[in-house]
Amino acid sequence: MKTGIIETKKGFFEITVAINGEKKELSVKNDESLLDALRRHGWKGTKKGCDTGDCGSCAVLLNGRPVLGCLAPAVTAHEGEITTIEGLGSVRAPHPLQVAFVEAGAVQCGFCIPGMILSSKHLLDRTPNPTEAEIRKALDGNLCRCTGYVKQVEAVKAAAQKLRGKGKRARA
Amino acid sequence: MEKLSYVGKSLPRKDALIKAVGAAQYAGDREFAGMLHAAAVRSPRPRIKILSISDTAARRVPGYVTLVTYKDIKGVNKWPVVLQDYPFLPEKESRFAGETIALVVAQTARAAKKAAALVEVKYKELPFLEEPLKALEKDAVKIYGDDNVFSSFVIKKGSVDEAFKKAAFTAEGEFSTNYQVHAYLETQGAIALPESDGGMTVHSTTQCPFYVLDAVAAALSLPYHKVKILQTVTGGGFGGKEDVPALVASHAALCAAKTGRPVKLIYGRKEDFQSMSKRHPGWARVAYAADKNGKLTACRVKYVLDGGAYSTLSPIVLWRGTVHAAGPYKIANVDIKTYAAATNKVPCGAFRGFGQPQICFAQESLIDELAEKVGMDPVQFRLKNLLEPGDRTVTGQKLNSSCGLKEIVQAVRKKSGWDKKIKDRRSKPEDRGDVATGIGFSAVYYGVGLGAKGRYLDRAGAFVNIYKDSSVGVNVGNAEMGQGALTVLAQIAAETLNAPYESVKVEEVDSSKVPDSGPTVASRTTLMSGNAIIEAATPIRERIFKTAFDLLTAMGAGASQKMTACGGLFSMGGKSIDFKKVVAECWFRRLKMSEQGWYAAPRTTFKMEDGQGDAYVIYSYSADAAEVEVDLKTGAVKVIKIWAAYDVGKIVNPRLAVGQAQGGILQGMSWAVFENLTYRNGIMVNPNFTDYVLATTADKPEYDITFIEKPYAEGPYKAKGLGEIPLIGVAPAVANAIKNACGARVRSVPLLPEKIWKALKVG
Repeated sequence: MKTGIIETKKGFFEITVAINGEKKELSVKNDESLLDALRRHGWKGTKKGCDTGDCGSCAVLLNGRPVLGCLAPAVTAHEGEITTIEGLGSVRAPHPLQVAFVEAGAVQCGFCIPGMILSSKHLLDRTPNPTEAEIRKALDGNLCRCTGYVKQVEAVKAAAQKLRGKGKRARA
Repeated sequence: MEKLSYVGKSLPRKDALIKAVGAAQYAGDREFAGMLHAAAVRSPRPRIKILSISDTAARRVPGYVTLVTYKDIKGVNKWPVVLQDYPFLPEKESRFAGETIALVVAQTARAAKKAAALVEVKYKELPFLEEPLKALEKDAVKIYGDDNVFSSFVIKKGSVDEAFKKAAFTAEGEFSTNYQVHAYLETQGAIALPESDGGMTVHSTTQCPFYVLDAVAAALSLPYHKVKILQTVTGGGFGGKEDVPALVASHAALCAAKTGRPVKLIYGRKEDFQSMSKRHPGWARVAYAADKNGKLTACRVKYVLDGGAYSTLSPIVLWRGTVHAAGPYKIANVDIKTYAAATNKVPCGAFRGFGQPQICFAQESLIDELAEKVGMDPVQFRLKNLLEPGDRTVTGQKLNSSCGLKEIVQAVRKKSGWDKKIKDRRSKPEDRGDVATGIGFSAVYYGVGLGAKGRYLDRAGAFVNIYKDSSVGVNVGNAEMGQGALTVLAQIAAETLNAPYESVKVEEVDSSKVPDSGPTVASRTTLMSGNAIIEAATPIRERIFKTAFDLLTAMGAGASQKMTACGGLFSMGGKSIDFKKVVAECWFRRLKMSEQGWYAAPRTTFKMEDGQGDAYVIYSYSADAAEVEVDLKTGAVKVIKIWAAYDVGKIVNPRLAVGQAQGGILQGMSWAVFENLTYRNGIMVNPNFTDYVLATTADKPEYDITFIEKPYAEGPYKAKGLGEIPLIGVAPAVANAIKNACGARVRSVPLLPEKIWKALKVG
C-alpha cells in the first residue's frame, strides 16, 4: 500500500521509487510527467518523441507493465518499481533483447529503440514464445520512422528464442 | 578486382549498441554547466504585420532571463539558404502561423515555455494566400515578388503539339498529393555554447552541419573559424534535418550570444509540425501521347509545388522534380513547365525523393491509364518505352552502362507473379465478394547527388588518421542520421587500408575537422564521402603496403610471389603479418599516417532556356509492384505486399541496404494511404501524432527486395546511391493496384477510403 507522499515545498513532492532495482528519492513537481522527472534526474535513455502518448519513445516499465512516461504523472510512480532502458543492460553487458535488436539490424536512428525494447520486454515477460501477430500487436504503440518494422519483429523472435534457451538451462 | 574483405558484407552497425542500451547522446540528452533554455514565441496567424512585442507579463515567470528579437541579430537578418528571403527573426511581417517571432530564455525549459506563452505580440492581420494554384493567378495577393513564384523551370524538346496531333493514343489527367511530415522521432534541437574568444560552438541534430555553420556565422557575424558545429547523434532526418536545423541552431546561438551562457533549444512535437519543413503538396497536369504500336511519342507536364511562406529549398526541390517529371522513358517530344508557388503556410523543403514522389505519382498513374488505352499490359508497355544504356533522357543526357532498369522491371515482374495475377484478374473480374485484390506497378529513375543545380556544393572532404596503436579515425563532412553512414564509410575505409573493420571509427561531423562537404542529402553520402575517404586513404595504403612487403621480405617470404591483403592481414610466400604490426613499423619509419581527401563530382549541365544538359552524374533505378486489398463497402485499402528491385550500383552493406529499402517503402506507403496534414484558414489542423496518422507495425506490408548491382565506375567500389529511391515509386504502384483491384482510379494522395469509395460509387 502506498504511504502518503511528502510535499517538500509548494508544488514539489518527494517520491520513493526503485529505479532499475535501486531505491531513490526523487523530488518531482506536482504536474511533472514521469518522463520529464526521469530525464531531469539523469535517466536520459527514455526519449521524448511527442509528449502526447502517441509514439511510445518514452515507454518504461512501472511495476512490470509498460507505461507512457509522457502521460503518467511522476507522482503516480511513488513506491513503484521502474525499469528504464538503462536497467536492462549496458554496452558491456547488454540484455539479450538489446543484442537481438543490434544483430537483426533493427536499430537505425535509434530514437524509438529504448521504448520499443521495453515494450518487447513486457511481451516476453508474459509470452515467452510469441507469434508474429503478438509481436506486432505488442509493438503497435511504438512508432519507428526509419525501418519497415520487419527487423524489430525478427529481433523480438530471436531474443525470445535465446531467453527461452537460457531459462531451460537455468532450470536444469 | 581484388576480393573484397568488407565492402559487400553485412557487417554490424557501428552505432547500434549504444543506441540499444540508451546511451547515445542526442541533442536533448546533452547537459552543460550553467545552461539556460530557450523557447519560441510563434505567430498565431497566417500573415501578420507585427506592431509590438512585449515581455512585461513574461518577466513575472520565475527563472525568466531575457527576450531575443531581431534587434539582437548582429549579422544580416537573412538566413542564407538559396534565395535568402527568410529572416532569422521577422522584423515587420510574419508570413505563416507557427513562425518564430522571438525567443524567450529562462533557467528551465518549463519556465521558458511558460514565459513564451506570456509574451504579448500586437499585430494586424494581413490578407493571406492558402492555395498555390490561386497564388499563381494574376489578381492574387502578392506575397513574393510580382507573381508569387519562387522558382520556375522548363524542359523543351521536339514538337509536342505536332506529336499529340499525330498520336494514336493519348492520356491526360490532373493529380495532386498532400504534405508529408518527416516525423523523425527526435524533434529539432540545438545547444549553443559561447566560447571565451567570442566564438560559438553549436551542438546540432542535423543532416547538414555546414548549412548550420553558414547560418550561425551569418547570424552572429562571426568568421567561420570562430564557429564550430558538432553534429549530435541524429534521431532521423529524411530531409527534415537538411535546411531547418540551421534556423533552430541560429536561434539557440542568438540566445547564447545575448546571455553569454550555454542555451538549449529543443522543439516540442507540435511546434515542429507547425514550423519545420515538409514535403511540398504537389499538383500536376500530365499528358502522354503514344503511336499505334504503343511507343511513347510525347509528354506534356505542368507541375506546381506549394512552397509555403519562404522559398528555402523549393527552387532545387522543384528542379529535381522537373528533370524527372516525364518518368524513366524514351520520349522524343517533351514540354515540361514547373512552378514553386508562395503561400502563407509552413515553408516546404527536402523530403526523401525531393520533388520526385509528387510528380512520379502523377506520371506513373497516367502511364497505366495510357497502357490501358493502348490495350497493353502495364509492365509490357513500360518495357517497350523504358530507358536503356545509350538512350537519352528528356534533358538529352546519354545514359551509360550503369542502367539496369529493364532488368529490375523484369525481376519484379517475375518475383511478384505479375503475369499470372493480371491474367487471373482478367478472367474473373467480378468474382471478388466484398474484398477485391489487385496488383500495380511503377518504375522510377533517380539522379544521384546534387546535379547541375547544386553542382557548386557537390564536393566532399575526408580526413583519415591512423594512430600509433593502429586504430583508425575518420572524419567526414556528411552525417549519420540513422541511414548507416558511419558503418558504410567505415567499411570503405577499412577496405582501402586493409585495416580490421573493428579498428575503424568514423566520427560524427565536426565542422572544424573537415572542409565543407555539402549537405547529407540526395543519396550522395556513400558516393561523395566514400570517394573522399578513398582519396585520403590511398596514399596511406601505399605506405602501409610497401612497409608490409618489406617486413614480409625480411621475414623470408620470397619476393617473387605476389603479396595479398585481406581482412587486416598481409600475406606472401607462406608468411603473414597483421595490420597492427605493419602500422607500428610505419610509425617507426616516421611515415605519414594521416591524409586529407577530396572528391568533386564530375561536371553536370542544365540550360535554363530549354532544360537540356547532363543533369546528374549518374542515375539509380527502382521498380515496385504493390499488392493491395480494397474493402468495397468502405473503400479502405490494405497494402499486402511490395516487391521492389533496385539498381543502386554496388551494395556496400546488404543488411543496411535492405533496412533502407524497407524503411523507404513503408514511408512511401504511409504517405500514399494514411498521412494527411490539413490546413483550415491558414492554420494547421492536426499538428500531432494523434491526428496525423503514421503506419505502425499493424500496417506493415510484406517486403520482397532485390538488388541488381550495375557497377558505377566512378563510385566507391562501384556504388551509386540508395537512400531515397525506395520511397518514390510506392504511391503510384499502390494507386495502380487499387485501380486493378476495383476499377477506382484515385488521382490524389493520400488514397483515403472516402476517395476510393467515391470513385467506386460515383466513378
